[in-house]
Amino acid sequence: MNERQPILEAQGLVKRYGQVTALDGADFELYPDEIVAIIGDNGAGKSTLIKALSGALQPDDGEIRLDGERVHFRTPLDARRAGIETVYQDLAVAPALDIAANIFLGREKRRGGPLGGVLRMIDKRAMRREATRHFDELKIAVRSIGQPVETLSGGQRQGVAVARASAWARRLAIMDEPTAALGVKETAQVLDLIRRVRERGLPVILISHDMPHVFELADRILIMRLGKRVAVVTPQTHTMPEAVAIMTGATKAELEQAMTKDEPT
Amino acid sequence: MTTTDPTPLEQSEARPGPIQVMRRIVATPAVGPFIALVLTMAFFSFKSDRFLQGQNLSLVLQQVMVVGVLAIGQTLVILTAGIDLSVGTVMAFGQIVMTKLAVANGVDPLLALLLGILACVGFGFLNGALVTGVRLPAFIVTLGTLNIAFALTHIVSNDLTFAPLPSVLGYFGRTFTISHTDITYGVVLMLVLFAVTWFALNQTAWGRHVYAVGDNPEAARLTGIKTNRVLLSVYTVAGLTYGIAAMLLVARTGIGDPNAGQTTENLDSITAVVLGGTSLFGGRGTVIGTLIGAVIVGVFRNGLTLIGVEVIYQYLVTGILVILAVSVDQLVHRRRL
Repeated sequence: MNERQPILEAQGLVKRYGQVTALDGADFELYPDEIVAIIGDNGAGKSTLIKALSGALQPDDGEIRLDGERVHFRTPLDARRAGIETVYQDLAVAPALDIAANIFLGREKRRGGPLGGVLRMIDKRAMRREATRHFDELKIAVRSIGQPVETLSGGQRQGVAVARASAWARRLAIMDEPTAALGVKETAQVLDLIRRVRERGLPVILISHDMPHVFELADRILIMRLGKRVAVVTPQTHTMPEAVAIMTGATKAELEQAMTKDEPT
Repeated sequence: MTTTDPTPLEQSEARPGPIQVMRRIVATPAVGPFIALVLTMAFFSFKSDRFLQGQNLSLVLQQVMVVGVLAIGQTLVILTAGIDLSVGTVMAFGQIVMTKLAVANGVDPLLALLLGILACVGFGFLNGALVTGVRLPAFIVTLGTLNIAFALTHIVSNDLTFAPLPSVLGYFGRTFTISHTDITYGVVLMLVLFAVTWFALNQTAWGRHVYAVGDNPEAARLTGIKTNRVLLSVYTVAGLTYGIAAMLLVARTGIGDPNAGQTTENLDSITAVVLGGTSLFGGRGTVIGTLIGAVIVGVFRNGLTLIGVEVIYQYLVTGILVILAVSVDQLVHRRRL
C-alpha cells in the first residue's frame, strides 16, 4: 500500500452520452512528485476522464478528491482556481502577443498605487521579470521574453504553454497530448521540459498516444479500456507490447496479471 | 527551448535578407503607414505649393477629425477580428437625435448631446449583443444595423435638416490659434481620444484581452478571459466613439442633416484602420497606425482637390488604397501561417 495521500483522486467516475457510456466507473490517483500517463485506444475514455478532472465536464456519478477533499468542478475555471492547470495539444497561445503577455494572459498584474488602482495600468516590467524567472527555472532559452510568440518555433510555443501552466499550477498540471502538433526534435524538447516541471515538485498528468514517450517519461501508466481503468503499470514492470496488449484487450491473462500490480511501488 | 543546444534557434533567426528586412519593416506597427504618409505628403507638396502651408494642414486635420474618431471605434472592432459597417449611419442617427432634440424639441443642448451619444452607444451595444449572444458574424449584424440606423435617421428627422443650432453644439468646431495656425477644438479632442485608446489598449488588461480575443479566441477563453464580455465592451465603446464623432460632425457642419455620414464615412473609417496597419484578421494593429491611416485618407482627399482632380477620382483612389493595404495585410498574414 502507498501511505501517501494522493493529490488528486477519482473513484467510480461515470459519464454517459445518451446510449454511449464514455466513463464506466473509472478510478484515478495522482501522487505527489510523479508523472502519471493515461493511455488507451480511441474511445477508451481517456479524454472524458481528463475533462472530468479538469472541470470541462461534470461526471454523472463518482467523486473527485483534491488533497483528500471532495471537489466539484463545474468549469475549467473552477479547476484552475483549485490549482490545476491544463496544457492543450493545439498550442493554446495568442501568437501576436509576446511571451510575457501570454504567460500572464487573463491574470495580468496591475501596478501599485493610483496608476494601477485608478488607471488600471498593468505592470509590464514585473510580468516580464517573473516570466523570465519561470523561463530560467525551466531552462527554456528564448531571445527575448518580449518577442511575439509567433516568432517562436512550435516547440518553443508549447514551451510557453507549459511554462504558463507550471507558473500558475499550485497542485498539478494536466498535459493533454502536448506534443501531438510537434516534430521529433521539438517533441524531445517538450518532454525534457515536462520532466523539469516534475522535478520542481509539480505532479503531472500526461495524456499521450506515443508509447515510447510515455514509457520514457511516466512513473506510472494508467491504462484505460471501455471507460474503465483496466490496469496501472510502470515502465519497470511492463514492456511496451504488454501495455498495448492490455490497452487493446488482447490477452485476458496479461490483463489479470496486470491488475495485481495496481499499486505503485 | 534547449539549453544544451541553443544554436538551432539562433541559426533560424540569422541571415535576414533584404526581403526579410522589408517584410519586417512592413510588419512593424505604424512604421509602414508612417512611410506611406511621408511619401504621400512629399508627393502633394511637390505638386502644390499650398499643400504644406499651416492653414492647409490644419484644414486636413479638421476634415479628418470625424473619420478619425469613427476609426477609433472601427479599430477596436477590427482588432477583435470583427468589422463594423454601421459606423456612418449610426453616427448620422446620433447626429439627428442631437440636433432634432435641441432644435425642434427645445431640449437643453447639453442633454440633447448626451442623448444623441447615448443613442449611438445603444447601437454599439446592440451590435455587440447580436455578435456575442446570437453568435452572428459581425459583417451581417452591422449590415443590418446599418440599414436600421439609416431608416431611423430618415424616419426620426422626417427628412428635414435642423438649424440653426444652439452654440453649445458648435463648441468643438471652434478654433484657437497657435503661431498663425488655426487649431480646431475637435481636432484636439480627437487626439485626446486616440491617446486614451492607446493607453487602454497598451497599458491595461482590457487592452490585452481585446488583442487576445482577436488573435486566438479559443486560447483567450481557455486562459479564463470572458471573451463575450470583452466583445460586448468593444462594440459598446465603439458606439460611444460614433456618438462623439456625431458631435464633432454637428460642430463642423453646423446643421443636423439626415443625409450626412452615409457616403464616404463608412469606407473611410475602414480604410483608415487598414492603411494604419491593423489586420482584418484581428489581433494585430495599433490605434496610432489608425491615426496615421486617417490622416493619409485626409491628405489624399485634400491633395487631390488641391491639384484639381475631380471628386469622383477620390473614390477611385480610396478604393485602390484599401485593396493595396489589405493585400499587404494578407501577404504578411500568410507568411505567419
